Amino acid sequence: MIKAADINTMQRGDIAVIVAVDRAQRDPAGAQRLHEMGFEEGVDIELLHRAPLGGDPLAVRVGNMTVALRKSLAALVEVAPDLPAA
Amino acid sequence: MNAVTPPPVAAQRPRLVALVGNPNAGKTSLFNALTGSRQKVGNYPGVTVERKAGRLALPSGETVELLDLPGTYSLTPRSPDEAVTRDVVLGTAAHERRPDLIVAVIDATNLRNHLRFVLELRRLGLPMVVALNMADLAERDGTRIDTSELSTILGMAVIPTVAVRRRGLAELGAAVAPLLGTGTTAHAAPPAADIRLLQREAGAIAKAVVVEGGGAKRWSQRLDALTLHPVAGPLLLAALLFLMFQGVFSLAEAPMELLASGVVWLQGLVTSVLPDGWLRSLLVDGVLGGVGAVVVFLPQILILFLFILILEQSGYMVRAAFLMDRLMARVGLNGRAFIPLISSFACAIPGIMATRTIDAPKDRLTTILIAPLMTCSARLPVYAIIIAAFIPATKVGGLFNLQGLVLFALYGFGVGGALLAAWVLRRTVTKGPTPTFLMEMPKYQWPAPRDIGIGLWQRAWAFLARAGTIILASTVALWALASWPNPPEGATRPALEYSIAGKIGAGLEPLFRPIGFNKEIALALVPGMAAREVAVSALGTVYSLQGTDADHAEPLVGALRAAWSLPTALAFLAWYVFAPQCISTLAVTRRETNGWKWPAFMFGYLFAMAYAGAGITYWAARWLLG
Repeated sequence: MIKAADINTMQRGDIAVIVAVDRAQRDPAGAQRLHEMGFEEGVDIELLHRAPLGGDPLAVRVGNMTVALRKSLAALVEVAPDLPAA
Repeated sequence: MNAVTPPPVAAQRPRLVALVGNPNAGKTSLFNALTGSRQKVGNYPGVTVERKAGRLALPSGETVELLDLPGTYSLTPRSPDEAVTRDVVLGTAAHERRPDLIVAVIDATNLRNHLRFVLELRRLGLPMVVALNMADLAERDGTRIDTSELSTILGMAVIPTVAVRRRGLAELGAAVAPLLGTGTTAHAAPPAADIRLLQREAGAIAKAVVVEGGGAKRWSQRLDALTLHPVAGPLLLAALLFLMFQGVFSLAEAPMELLASGVVWLQGLVTSVLPDGWLRSLLVDGVLGGVGAVVVFLPQILILFLFILILEQSGYMVRAAFLMDRLMARVGLNGRAFIPLISSFACAIPGIMATRTIDAPKDRLTTILIAPLMTCSARLPVYAIIIAAFIPATKVGGLFNLQGLVLFALYGFGVGGALLAAWVLRRTVTKGPTPTFLMEMPKYQWPAPRDIGIGLWQRAWAFLARAGTIILASTVALWALASWPNPPEGATRPALEYSIAGKIGAGLEPLFRPIGFNKEIALALVPGMAAREVAVSALGTVYSLQGTDADHAEPLVGALRAAWSLPTALAFLAWYVFAPQCISTLAVTRRETNGWKWPAFMFGYLFAMAYAGAGITYWAARWLLG
């Protein structure tokens, strides 16, 4: 992927790697909370579910945790596609 | 670690050991397993954070006080709950000693993130032991953890535990005992740690100690595919809630009849033993009639709490919050508010206290203000008696009981009113930035019978304590108001009309007449301020005191049927959907919002809603019924 993407660009079932938790330092407090929930650079992330009626919030697997978050927070997390196992 | 000199006070007070950990680490299960029923639940003064403590006898013979601190992800607090945990472990809490030792409870299936918090706690310099909880689940997932290596790296004992199966408890006690008194209670707070560095370190440790990485809780994810499904998920949630309310009515029937006949038997016993007079009247009509009418509803309240506890402990409640977040967002709240609001179905007080987990202040205030609109269990006695008296128990569609459907509808009106109120409040008095929603979804677990049992016991006890104090006092006061002064010689009207209570009711009647309420209802609403369910006992007192002695035996249901029209009964139900009738709720709101402004506002807006709701219901019913 050439362009940087956030969680919101992922489809259900996609697995990616977290590149940055606080994209462009937009929300340091929000990023701190994401870190507490296990979001960390280099950790794999999978989009599990979207809520009914508009797909907000999302449920993602981060490492070994399942976390629910709204699109607005998900936009802080920059991801890159997981490299296929060669 | 510092010098090995136990503080001199240790002889008088048991040493304090605190359980600290992330939410969902199984901390409360471990606490229950360690302390059993020897628990004391109180409140920290000033803040309404629950303080749970218990006694724990160590293998060394020493008994310590074990403290279950609110779960938190870090020592950077975002809510009053988390602030208590931070203050206690830092030793800056006003009403708590600094613990002599910390037991960090971590989830073996989520080592990386939980270790990050252990590293943060380690910086405090207190003696520490790690309880590697849910060790069995990690094994089942195929994860093997080298605990001795973990212990070496962390520099503290690591004890694998399975709280729900009571495994590792003795070992945990044995690890705690020798460390007591090895710390010093005077420590400066360490500077805040950079969370990224801690994460990196935790990640490296987790990598080093996990011998075999297992697949992550697959069946939890498979279950989520159903519970979070865009169509099946909401249907399942609705079905569960419906089942809960049907269950409350049908399962509670037999034990309630048993309790009711017990009360009647006691009344008969007192009547046969005591001579006719004021004492007999006080015991039969005031105490047994009043408190008995409320205690009868204990089975329903327990069944409701049972459902809520199971939903909470199985991990489903967070899924429900996820499903509800969108709807909550529309009225300016977030899914997190769903949990306090569901708790409010049992009682608004724990519900309002549960809002402490909501970090956005405006969001929290709005949730507090609408919590009393969730139909609490104290309304059940009121609903139940009116439904029993006026709604026939016919089957609808061959499956559902009409009485159950009406009850469900009343709950629905409460929820609808709450959403409407939140929508209006967020656009007016609690205007502010839109809060966000971020929650861990714990893996599904079978609820442990012991944890459910302890939870139920604590709630049953709280309810009976209320029945024994507020309700007893107010029913006796009402009985006195309704019994004096005696009617004059040769009076033809019922004795009640001559009493003080009769005069108060008569005074309030003009206010309530437009919405279809009679004098007796106006009278019952006065003591009903103390607690909603008191209105039932008040009606019981009013109607069994009214008229002749023969009426004593007549059940309240019959008395109401004779005295009220259907529109009046429906208006009374509508009143109770909205009415701000609970002094305890107002008091807890005052405490949580630090002043009388918000409880006063709450009372005002709920009263207006109740008056309008009852009025509309009364006139609509009259018009429809001709």
